[in-house]
Amino acid sequence: MSAGDGAAVSAVEGKLAELSASCDLRTLPKRGKSASARTLNTAQIQLVAGHPEVYEPCDDSFALVDALLSDKAQLLTLQPSLCMEVGCGSGYVITSLAIMLRQLGSGTQYLATDINQHAVETTQATLEAHGVHADVIATDIVSGLEKRLAGMVDVVVVNPPYVPTPEEEIGMKGIASSWAGGLNGRQVIDRILPAVRELLSEKGCLYMIALEDNDPLGICHLMNEKGFASRVLLKRCTDEESLYVLKFWQDAAAGANASQSGRSPRAESWLSQLPFKSFWHKNAGSS
Amino acid sequence: MRLLTHNFLASNVKGVSTGYPLALEVAKTSIKEVELNVDFLRGILPKIDWRALFAATSAAGFPELLAAEQPPEAELFAEGAAAVEGSAIRRLHHALLEIHVEEGTLVCPDSGRSFPILKGVPNMLLHEDEVRH
Ligand SMILES: C[S@@+](CC[C@H](N)C(=O)[O-])C[C@H]1O[C@@H](n2cnc3c(N)ncnc32)[C@H](O)[C@@H]1O
Repeated sequence: MSAGDGAAVSAVEGKLAELSASCDLRTLPKRGKSASARTLNTAQIQLVAGHPEVYEPCDDSFALVDALLSDKAQLLTLQPSLCMEVGCGSGYVITSLAIMLRQLGSGTQYLATDINQHAVETTQATLEAHGVHADVIATDIVSGLEKRLAGMVDVVVVNPPYVPTPEEEIGMKGIASSWAGGLNGRQVIDRILPAVRELLSEKGCLYMIALEDNDPLGICHLMNEKGFASRVLLKRCTDEESLYVLKFWQDAAAGANASQSGRSPRAESWLSQLPFKSFWHKNAGSS
Repeated sequence: MRLLTHNFLASNVKGVSTGYPLALEVAKTSIKEVELNVDFLRGILPKIDWRALFAATSAAGFPELLAAEQPPEAELFAEGAAAVEGSAIRRLHHALLEIHVEEGTLVCPDSGRSFPILKGVPNMLLHEDEVRH
């Protein structure tokens, strides 16, 4: 990679971070002259093919991309062969990830799924407009890939439908499926987690958004029982919600601790080791 | 969708045991060149079902692209092979990562259920009565 490319990449990152920090779509530079002059010819993530039934990038999307950016060094070290997004919506997150890891070239391939047909089309258009590629599939979570892709995916990113809603709202067509999470907002999350665990490679990790109402600590507990360590990469409070970006990775010790079961002192000591708590306190009430 | 992804996709219809490989019917393809990465190919090859890939390349209109049987790794990953036009590794790279199926159909070998590929996106969504519970 040339020095010029490096500059381009970090310019994109600056852009991504800036967009994410602004947290307001309306401040996104449109495809006007001033925006292109400011960013020269580097890509910026913008909606190229919005659709009323596709989730527009919002605080949660920005938080996830910010967290991925903050973990970029680890992602590069990991050298993922396969990265995947479940529930890609507009394509904002998978496109950002592909741009962020562009220096890995065709050593890293991308997949994205969504249950909403308008979303997969929008994602396709967003990817294309930014000169990156992912194979996009319209499917329920990872249905159709679970057998042959088991143990092969190195990075999974998910911004799930997490809003607590009546159960009936799950599985409704259109925009409702982008946020409706059922009881405690966990109904879709709790189907995604086991599916993703099956797909993750030994070195693989999952980055997922969760809301305070989803009981992020409980999710970490549950994943710990299945042999995954966890960390809160980012917490962000907005007017409406407290968002967490959780990162999970396989860890033999996590499973061993969990097998000591439940509320034993062991489990407690695991909890205190988790950066979760300190992070929680440090950031409580901030931002 | 590239043939890499086709190689990992199976039918998810209720009552189907293997549902693999999905037969490919192709109406339109496109070719997008990407740089060849030997490490990626070396890593992914053990997971590739060669027969399914061979059938898919033929269905996509490239019957001569791959050998019907997987060439030995010594040949595929021979020193300098990636730089040689027409080498087995260049062909494998082309098959997996450069051929895009834009329009077509995937057909479940067991149930005959077909899944459309529109604008490059396969639609694996099922009707309620086809879903495994
Ligand atoms: C909160 S939106 C996130 C969209 C995008 N990733 C982002 O961050 O802006 C959740 C997405 O998940 C999709 N989704 C909901 N249920 C799904 C399921 N069972 N399988 C796949 N995708 C699903 C929705 O259609 C929606 O696009």
